[in-house]
Amino acid sequence: MKLIFDKTVPGRCGVLPPASDVPTTINIKKELLRDADANLPELSELDVVRHFTQLSRRNFGVDTNFYPLGSCTMKYNPKVAERVASYPGFAHLHPLMPQLRMGGLLAQGALEVLYDMDKLLCEITGMAGFTMQPMAGAHGELCGIMIMAAYHRDRGNKKTTVLIPDSAHGTNPASAAIAGYKVASVPSDSAGMMDIDALKRMVGSETAGLMLTCPNTLGIFEKNIRQICDCLHSVDGLCYYDGANLNAIVGKAKPADFGFDIVHLNLHKTFSTPHGSGGPGAGPVGVAGKLLDYLPVSIVIKRNDGTFALEYDKPKSIGYIAPFYGNFAVILRAYVYILMLGKAGLKEVAENAVLNANYIKEKLKDYYDLPFDGLCKHECVFSAQRQAANGAGAIDIAKALIDAGFHPPTVYFPPIVKEAMMIEPTETESKETLDAFIEVMRAIAETAQKDAAKLKAAPITTPVGRLDETAAAKNVDIAEL
Amino acid sequence: MSFIANTPQQQKQMLDQIDLTMDGLFADIPKELLAKDFNLPAGRSEFEVRSRLAELAAKNYTGLTCFLGGGFYDHFIPAAVYSIISRSEFYTAYTPYQPEVSQGSLQAIFEYQSAICRLTQMQAANASLYDGGTALYEAMMMALRITGRNKILIDDSVNPIYRVMIHSYTKNLSIDLEETKNSEGVVNRKDLLNRLDNSTAAVIVQNPNFFGCVDDFTDIAQAAHSRGALLIVSCYPVSLGILKTPGAMGADIAVGEGQSLGLMMSFGGPYLGFMATKKEYVRKMPGRIVGRTKDGQDRVGFVLTLQAREQHIRRDKATSNICSNEALCALTAIVYLSLLGKEGLKKTAQLCADKASYAWQRLTSIKGVKPRFKTKWFFNEFVLDLPANAAETAGKLIEKGFAAGFPLSRYYGDMENSLLVAVTEKRTRQQIGMLAEALEAVL
Repeated sequence: MKLIFDKTVPGRCGVLPPASDVPTTINIKKELLRDADANLPELSELDVVRHFTQLSRRNFGVDTNFYPLGSCTMKYNPKVAERVASYPGFAHLHPLMPQLRMGGLLAQGALEVLYDMDKLLCEITGMAGFTMQPMAGAHGELCGIMIMAAYHRDRGNKKTTVLIPDSAHGTNPASAAIAGYKVASVPSDSAGMMDIDALKRMVGSETAGLMLTCPNTLGIFEKNIRQICDCLHSVDGLCYYDGANLNAIVGKAKPADFGFDIVHLNLHKTFSTPHGSGGPGAGPVGVAGKLLDYLPVSIVIKRNDGTFALEYDKPKSIGYIAPFYGNFAVILRAYVYILMLGKAGLKEVAENAVLNANYIKEKLKDYYDLPFDGLCKHECVFSAQRQAANGAGAIDIAKALIDAGFHPPTVYFPPIVKEAMMIEPTETESKETLDAFIEVMRAIAETAQKDAAKLKAAPITTPVGRLDETAAAKNVDIAEL
Repeated sequence: MSFIANTPQQQKQMLDQIDLTMDGLFADIPKELLAKDFNLPAGRSEFEVRSRLAELAAKNYTGLTCFLGGGFYDHFIPAAVYSIISRSEFYTAYTPYQPEVSQGSLQAIFEYQSAICRLTQMQAANASLYDGGTALYEAMMMALRITGRNKILIDDSVNPIYRVMIHSYTKNLSIDLEETKNSEGVVNRKDLLNRLDNSTAAVIVQNPNFFGCVDDFTDIAQAAHSRGALLIVSCYPVSLGILKTPGAMGADIAVGEGQSLGLMMSFGGPYLGFMATKKEYVRKMPGRIVGRTKDGQDRVGFVLTLQAREQHIRRDKATSNICSNEALCALTAIVYLSLLGKEGLKKTAQLCADKASYAWQRLTSIKGVKPRFKTKWFFNEFVLDLPANAAETAGKLIEKGFAAGFPLSRYYGDMENSLLVAVTEKRTRQQIGMLAEALEAVL
């Protein structure tokens, strides 16, 4: 499809700004103005609408196709949340309003949403307090590690290292490094869990903390989690819970009970806010009581008269990590979701997410290698090694799924599984969809045996075939200037 | 209401087929780690939840006439912007890891990157960052990586909200972060040049700056480059409809808050951080980047590229920990820029400047109200010195129906009486006149 810039017809304009009702003064001297107009498209409104509508049809989304992308929790995003986010009382509220004298009284509804969310997330995770500021999961990780660093600085601890399992998301080591820590990788054992003996050998006085997701990226619950956290606490290390996989245990168990001191939650995963083609998300961070003082400012408090206000007076706080209160409209959508589901609904989420994942695992394990057999939680990880040996690996299976109308699972992650295929069906998918997917996956396994070349040719139903990513990285063509 | 499709009968059927029970699915979690109870409310229907949220929305008052800015502006948003970004093929997709089924998102981001380059006159842009403040922090980290140095000079005319964010982020890092003090609302060249040395990684400035003043940093770019330092310019994208660009000034990295490009204020987010740089620094840039390439049949397509910089490949050696971008916000921006187009953006920027100029004349003609700074070169925002405390005055104006501006004492100790007033294309001559009357009345 042509680029939008290539559709330009000089002189055409889509939407006119309002007419001027003031003198045209041009108050700025010429030297401070740009020498030529920005070369933006010149198109009618219909041109623009049709261009982007046609682009939209070149996408798979949860609303169009089953999207079992492991570790991403691509569940259905209820439309009611979109509607609420567009209410003018929320959509048009200026973020600086509470900083004006009496202005906070004109933003009581928004402050109440933030306050309520804090309390709800505390109850869901067992933590003592939350900040809503982090604007994504990785941003939450960075915020959490900054809190960890503030805690150790405050106590005079000389800590240099953060421990991270080898099965972790790449964001974990990157976040720890960016916050100023060295990273050490803890190996997994033969059951796909953290090697606890290795951990014990690695934990020392220099250990600042451990970052862990539980269930882990293999979809396996770390049964020694209490012991792991105790081990860290014995050297005054902190345990950080990467909430990417909370969907597996929401409404069933609380990370605080496992021994975690800091958690981040991906509201766009467990709490069903749309992924938006890769953002915006939200990654609120919760902490145990001993870390409350370090949370970012500001915090929403409830005054004795029942009104809500922002509190800034927190001398030990790590400060601001976002300009205001995080991605408010995302937090609002997650709030709507939690209110609708309630206590029983959240429990059903975990139960059905885990049921759907185990159902797929059992139905496919005769067809693909399952490196770690046993109960899984919200996702199951297969290996396509058997198929790869015959000429068609995980990537080929992924592309063949596209031709069958399914978004592929996450492939080649976690890195500790060769030819990994990480399938996360989520709780909102029906048995009919799962059965159709299982049937296609079985057929692909059969094709991989008989005619691997056919899989290598996939996809053939998409606007483009497999793209040359090596050339893209080498020739770097990233803008039409 | 949990949006689960499978009926209890189907769930039972599935459990039977895999020879498990619902409790059995959680048998791997040690019993003592299962929660005893959750003190959470019962679920509610859509109707009840919408009623409750409508009540909460009604507790926010958005009827004030808005002259509040500070980096976040009440601009007009065409209806077609919302129509396009409401297409769920865009908003229910995820990061385009599988390019063949994500050409829509990928091409839109490529077009967004191109538009950011054209707007800033820079050569390369990424797929977006969280917001203007984190974009500025990422630009600073990028400059530290490129130069291998550890000193940063940041002017106090840069948005103070972003400056406090950068202070938070650098607390655990050994970075020498120095603030230079503005003179008459613009960068004090003498102070800055004195402090610029061979250990300086970057100079950070903003245009228009937090006070709304417009500057040309060409001289600062030259001075920085002569010392081997980079120039980072934070800018306001709508202003680039008419103002001299970071690229033309010789900036190495341009960043900014993209909220003004069609995003609703939404009480602080989600917004959009944009970042653009010179071609030679592309591989040092953080965040997702979309590139153009071809398939086996020579058809043009788009992919995520230069992933060797990123956390999922490089882990602790990555250029940033960033995983997502703000793709839907970037889509909003490219749709907005396409609808307004070349002429519309220029006109919008001109309207902002003209209306601000009119408001400046109207308001400074009130007895006792004076412009804070000598410079007459401002874009759509300016600082007034009032004959009374600015925070108190702004409070009184709220009662008269105006968010009259942002009192600066919160961030600038010596500016008790200073009010930062913003004017967008949405403000009418009549509203400006009414603000002037109201201000006169409360002073």
